[in-house]
Amino acid sequence: MTANAAGAAHVTIAAGDRPYRPVNAEVRAALEAGVKTVELSDVRGHRYIGCGLTCQGKIVIHGVPGNDLAMFMDGPEIEVLGNAQDAVGNTMNRGRVTIHGDAGDVLAHSMRGGTILVKGSVGYRAGIHMKSYKEKRPVVVIGGAAGDYLGEYMAGGLLIVLGLARERGLPISGIYTGTGMHGGAMILGEALDPRSLGREVGKADLTPEDLADLRRYVGQYVAAFGGNAEEILARPFVKYLPVSRRPYGQIYVY
Amino acid sequence: MRKWLVEPDFILTRDPDRCINCQVCVRQCANDVHVHDEEADLVQSDSEKCVGCHRCAALCPTQAISIEKASLEFRPNGNWTADRIRAVYKQAEGGGILLSGMGNDQTLPVLWDHMVLNASQVTNPSIDPLREPMELVTYLGRKPDRLELNRDANGKVSLATELAPQLRLETPIMFSAMSYGSISYNASFSLARAAQAAGTFANTGEGGLHKDFRPYAKNLIVQVASGRFGVDPDYLNVAAAVEIKIGQGAKPGIGGHLPAEKVDAQVSATRMIPERTDALSPAPHHDIYSIEDLRQLIYGIKEATQYTKPVCVKISAVHNVAAIASGAVRAGADIVAIDGFRGGTGAAPTVIRDNVGIPIELALAAVDARLRDEGIRHQASIVAAGSFRSSADVIKAIALGADAVYIGTAALVAMGCHLCQKCYTGKCNWGIATQDPMLTKRLNADVATRRLSNLLRGWSLEIKEMLGGMGINAIESLRGNREHLRGIALSDRDLNILGIKAAGE
Repeated sequence: MTANAAGAAHVTIAAGDRPYRPVNAEVRAALEAGVKTVELSDVRGHRYIGCGLTCQGKIVIHGVPGNDLAMFMDGPEIEVLGNAQDAVGNTMNRGRVTIHGDAGDVLAHSMRGGTILVKGSVGYRAGIHMKSYKEKRPVVVIGGAAGDYLGEYMAGGLLIVLGLARERGLPISGIYTGTGMHGGAMILGEALDPRSLGREVGKADLTPEDLADLRRYVGQYVAAFGGNAEEILARPFVKYLPVSRRPYGQIYVY
Repeated sequence: MRKWLVEPDFILTRDPDRCINCQVCVRQCANDVHVHDEEADLVQSDSEKCVGCHRCAALCPTQAISIEKASLEFRPNGNWTADRIRAVYKQAEGGGILLSGMGNDQTLPVLWDHMVLNASQVTNPSIDPLREPMELVTYLGRKPDRLELNRDANGKVSLATELAPQLRLETPIMFSAMSYGSISYNASFSLARAAQAAGTFANTGEGGLHKDFRPYAKNLIVQVASGRFGVDPDYLNVAAAVEIKIGQGAKPGIGGHLPAEKVDAQVSATRMIPERTDALSPAPHHDIYSIEDLRQLIYGIKEATQYTKPVCVKISAVHNVAAIASGAVRAGADIVAIDGFRGGTGAAPTVIRDNVGIPIELALAAVDARLRDEGIRHQASIVAAGSFRSSADVIKAIALGADAVYIGTAALVAMGCHLCQKCYTGKCNWGIATQDPMLTKRLNADVATRRLSNLLRGWSLEIKEMLGGMGINAIESLRGNREHLRGIALSDRDLNILGIKAAGE
């Protein structure tokens, strides 16, 4: 244990077969004491890692973190050296999550700020109800493909799906992409079959600002996971936007 | 433009002998009922736009205005009532979902009115609350399965059991969830201040926490609902408790839309969403598709707040409410709030408001009985909601098994609401359910705070009187004490579910 390791630059905490509560309490104590990097070893589905943390510092996860990784997180950086499970970045406000593998469902649910980079693919409902406010603009970059309902109910922020290494024939995003979307933008590495799109989204060309964003975040992706940025940027990127900011404004009578 | 076939709800009459042409009514009506005709120098009124909120009549210095229900009668028809005919006209005109504000206004039986309380006579003397201590203090939160004690060498006893966090209420009445956005700054501010003054709690609803209300956060319960508006670690940690909103009595099973018109700069900053965009709260939480998922969110909030605050789960009273409440308690809820089908709202589809859900009386009795049967009643407190109109309703709910109640509509009425049911238009003439600066300034926060405090004081005094009459000196002793209730004109089945005897038994 390391709670007395205040001031140390780097500590290791073994998660193992302990419950998540003491493990997360130790991580919080270490980071709040000013430890720069917490190395979390032998993680076996421990939930809520990084949950509600408002300090700085970095958590490096060896193993598979459980659901709600980085939930309500407001500051730190998390690096997962493997896959992650469901609800990564749930209602996250600030900070950065880097996943060297795939992630499960509802990634970035209601996320309001910070960055999530996923090397591989993600499950259903990624980016659901993501929002933005003034300087807070969440960005999610998915290297592979996304499941159904990508960007559902999306209200703000930027979702980028590169469509790199994925199973042959798998579309870059599943059906009902952007259903109920009323803010923010999705940039996909190739055009979707229009039948996979929700009624509330339309296709648009990338503006110079979008291209600058794309270049910036592809750069971050390559820096984290390797690859050739120029090759990735040569893909036929398409942008999807909500057709209305008030998709449900006309359904009531008084 | 006049809508075809849609007739006025009210007829407004101006007594020309009394009217002094001061035009107060013109300035007071946000619905533009009253217009000053420059040429004739007379005030004209268009009854068709009147919502029956009484603002003009209340402020008319000469009582020149009277408002009556329009007497344009249809041929009497017990099936096709005037309301139903008019609803069809409106929908045929606009082709959409009919919207309403406030709670269910149908004449369905109110079971509180079919229950009466007990009083002591000879054998168990009543207590006079004016002279003797009468305890209304209520603690909400998980209670331990058993208490373990330590005894030191000197024989001094101390508590070994670690207690779960509790909310201490000086009176078992809290202000129900009403978001800043659906109601005005002054209305929200008044609720927070009155809660603090009375030693109870107000609920922010899903509107975020305005920075000005932070000094009152120790008396605020913050809500995490499906839109997650305004939710960040600071919001969770500054409050006294966190409530996960699963359902609302006025609109079980559906989400909410705060229209863009109500999202001004302040509301946008509090919810952390862009100005003038619709705030859409989806029907489900996207991370909750099962009781296990609910547990995941409950414990996510507990992790984020380091287990220092009770977590409440608010559900609507629906058919299987007892099983749902049991699931919520097993999922880790410290408090379960149940909202009955007469609970209010800023906006709900009328068809849902009036037809979905069950009365709080039956839901509360069913939940309390179920949790007792399962031996988990102590693991969570029960807060009942869904139209408490008087202290009598409150004390009956406590006798049925509630630890405390939430009041929403009663609090709005205390601030001046006239139940015109038009909250969703954003044109509340009483300055409550609006963000229009010309209207919001009509509600003086000091006056509204005083009126809310007065209401809590009055109801608390009445509860003490009734308790004393029953020979009980602590609200704790009445909780779930159904022997003190009797039913009148209820079926055996109703009595059975309520767990009470009939009057005379």
